Amino acid sequence: MAKLSINGKVLDVAVDGDTPLLWVIREQIGLTGTKYGCGVAQCGACTVHIDGVATRSCALPVSAVSAEQKIVTIEGLSPDGSHPVQKAWIAHDVPQCGYCQSGMIMAAAALLQANPKPSEADIANEMTNICRCGTYTRVKAAILDVAASGTLGRG
Amino acid sequence: MIFASADTSPTLSRRTMLAGSAAAAGAFTFGFAIPFAGEAMAQGAVKEINAWVVVHPDDKVVIRIARSEMGQGTLTGLAQLVAEELNCDWARVTTEYPTPGQNVARNRVWGNFSTGGSRGIRESHEYVRKGGAAARMMLIQAAATQWSVPAAECSAEKSVITHKASGRSLRYGQVAEAASKLEAPKDIPLKEPKDWMIAGKPLKRLDTVDKTNGAKIYGIDLKMPGMLNAAIKDCPVFGGKVKSFDAAKVKAMPGVTHVVPVGETAVAVVAETWWQAKTALDALPIEWDNGENAKVSSESIAAWLKEGLDAPEAVIGNQVGDAKGAIAKAARVVESVYSYPFQNHATMEPMNATARYTPERCEVWTPTQNGEAALAAASEASGLPIAKCEAYKIDLGGGFGRRGAVHDWVRQVVAIAKQIPGTPIKLVWSREEDMLHGRYHPVTQCKLTGGLDKDGNLTGLHMRISGQSIVAGIFPQNIQNGRDPAVFQGLNPPGPEASIGYGIPNLLIDHAMRNPHVPPGFWRGVNLNQNTIYLECFMDELAHAAGKDPLEFRRALMKNHPKHLAVLNAVAERAEWGKTLPAGVYRGICQTMGFGSYVAAVAEVSVSAEGKLKIHRIVAATDPGHAVNPAQIERQVEGSFVYGLSAALHGECTVKDGRMVEENFDTYTVLRLDEMPVVETVIVPSGGFWGGVGEPTIAVAAPAVFNAIFAATGKRVRSVPLKNMDLRKA
Repeated sequence: MAKLSINGKVLDVAVDGDTPLLWVIREQIGLTGTKYGCGVAQCGACTVHIDGVATRSCALPVSAVSAEQKIVTIEGLSPDGSHPVQKAWIAHDVPQCGYCQSGMIMAAAALLQANPKPSEADIANEMTNICRCGTYTRVKAAILDVAASGTLGRG
Repeated sequence: MIFASADTSPTLSRRTMLAGSAAAAGAFTFGFAIPFAGEAMAQGAVKEINAWVVVHPDDKVVIRIARSEMGQGTLTGLAQLVAEELNCDWARVTTEYPTPGQNVARNRVWGNFSTGGSRGIRESHEYVRKGGAAARMMLIQAAATQWSVPAAECSAEKSVITHKASGRSLRYGQVAEAASKLEAPKDIPLKEPKDWMIAGKPLKRLDTVDKTNGAKIYGIDLKMPGMLNAAIKDCPVFGGKVKSFDAAKVKAMPGVTHVVPVGETAVAVVAETWWQAKTALDALPIEWDNGENAKVSSESIAAWLKEGLDAPEAVIGNQVGDAKGAIAKAARVVESVYSYPFQNHATMEPMNATARYTPERCEVWTPTQNGEAALAAASEASGLPIAKCEAYKIDLGGGFGRRGAVHDWVRQVVAIAKQIPGTPIKLVWSREEDMLHGRYHPVTQCKLTGGLDKDGNLTGLHMRISGQSIVAGIFPQNIQNGRDPAVFQGLNPPGPEASIGYGIPNLLIDHAMRNPHVPPGFWRGVNLNQNTIYLECFMDELAHAAGKDPLEFRRALMKNHPKHLAVLNAVAERAEWGKTLPAGVYRGICQTMGFGSYVAAVAEVSVSAEGKLKIHRIVAATDPGHAVNPAQIERQVEGSFVYGLSAALHGECTVKDGRMVEENFDTYTVLRLDEMPVVETVIVPSGGFWGGVGEPTIAVAAPAVFNAIFAATGKRVRSVPLKNMDLRKA
């Protein structure tokens, strides 16, 4: 049994404690926007926010997350897809197949919240998610757009 | 593409006679929304004008798409072509997939479903445009009949039909019902591309929003009432079998419902959740019968291919004059051996499918590049005729060729579902399973021997390719007299497909087929990838040996290949070839032709004293004939460099004890954002033909960079991937 705060709701889930958070989100909670890509925290398709920090949920046992920690998934990033990163993604037509993009968007949102004016080098260092279709050019352009608009972060 | 057209279509055509009705109802019972034809029709007022176009009373237009969307944007591009001829309001366009079963039942009205070989637009542009044009003509006729005026006096724009003389107008939605009852026109003229208003424009994709909010449903996300989840292990050694497994050890584990054999080679655990299934599968004792293949390694395969480089027997793919004689008489001979390894497609979404089997019916939901092939696989695996099966296509989380020709995962899920009748089973491969059971980029080596005269002109070239044939592995019936024509992709004699860009007076290109036990597959770019590395890096070697500029050396051989030459010139001009670069930055250039398009690239790189490569910029030119959506082409070109550079810098699957060594992205590394260069795309559509854009550019990524590395370091990269090479100064 675990108690989790996901997208603003506190939920009780019946699950083994060593189940990765990813699979609890997908199979017990039923939110499938967060994706499985590798299971070893390499590709970032499973990225969620835990207390605002981008976290790869596929290799994190659910027992390591407390009810006080606020988990946000792609479905909870904004109520209507209007988060500045989501808007920039649409403006740039970033996604191709789209499978990695939930994780990519969550990683970008966390980066911009912590560092509202990232340099190109900051983006290269922080955005380590894998995209096989090859959307990196537009991922970078969309992040730089949000940074230029000044809509995120404490800066 | 010249080869992969040999899909399952003939089988399906034969079986068309058996197909009774389009029984598409199965999907409704599960109550989730996967777009497919019939959904729109469920409401009575919505009218199918023809197979391609459905019009709602409120003028919403649904365009049917037969090819699969896997990120390449074909859905948007094909819709643009239909909408262009339909003269409808683009802002009100949506799309849906017809099912493979409906295609069979309707005598293949939607043509080929196969989505590979960059053929989505280039092989269906004419009939989809005719579908849109015919629907427009019928809608106009319906309005004209209502007004009792000649149709020729009416016109249509943005879904509104106007009779100018009387000032009357009707919306498409108002005449859809009448139009749907008309006979289709026979003579269907098409617009000239110069008059396009929707096609040819850099329109935004139709499918972006759901990919930014988690709403998009992929195959791996499917949920059905009563569904169980399966995890599978196939024998890690290709060709090996299951000797035994001890189901009793895991049957009591949480959630586990079944432990079942899958054919002779695999075992699956079925459980309430996938994580429970995978956990139990990892704990399941399995003994494998690895067989003879367990003796094979990358080294033993390389030695076998090396022998083929000088073998007396080889199949000729392209021959002009007497290459061996010219080389024997040459003032100078240059010889090099290149190699290309196995690589996994590594789609971000692992292979998966959901199946429900009863003795009366078998249904499969899966991401697939070829819905008809998925349907055929379901039929064969279930033992039920096509008419009692259906496959529902779901957009893919990456395809790259893995989800097209072979549907091994569909056969598996049906084999599992057949043992649990009536229960929907979702099979998801772990990343490890996906890496161990790919259909790999074929392994080849190539020996190139070139003869130069005393003035440094190329007088003779012999390219001996040794290695694997994809066609022999997937469609062996298409190998005739030991010949796989696809092996010579990009090296073919002059013609509209994959032709060599040089006029070499004495030329011999031949292939000594050597097929290891590792299953090959069509891997985005296919054989153009390695062939372009071999030829274009060697051209650079020859230019260097001749003391000539690599661009000028090529140009001298391209006088009779104007399209190849035009893209090479376009890229050289944009990259300002010959102009001084910043200190430490060096250029490489290359060109090729395949999938109906001409492409060329210039890479600018530097290599640090520690041997670290940085790719600063790549300029790439493409002539696809007609450019249906220039923004999509740019995205495909950028993405092609990610795929091509991943392969060039990192991509390698190593064989040890008959199985693959790399099991995940920690060892099978791929390009990430930090290695991504600036890519400048130059689109030079010359008109008159229709080329693909999803693949050709991949082939120029590696040779442009490798040639630039030589310029920077004096070191030749002759073996993929680059990660195995030390670029430090000697």
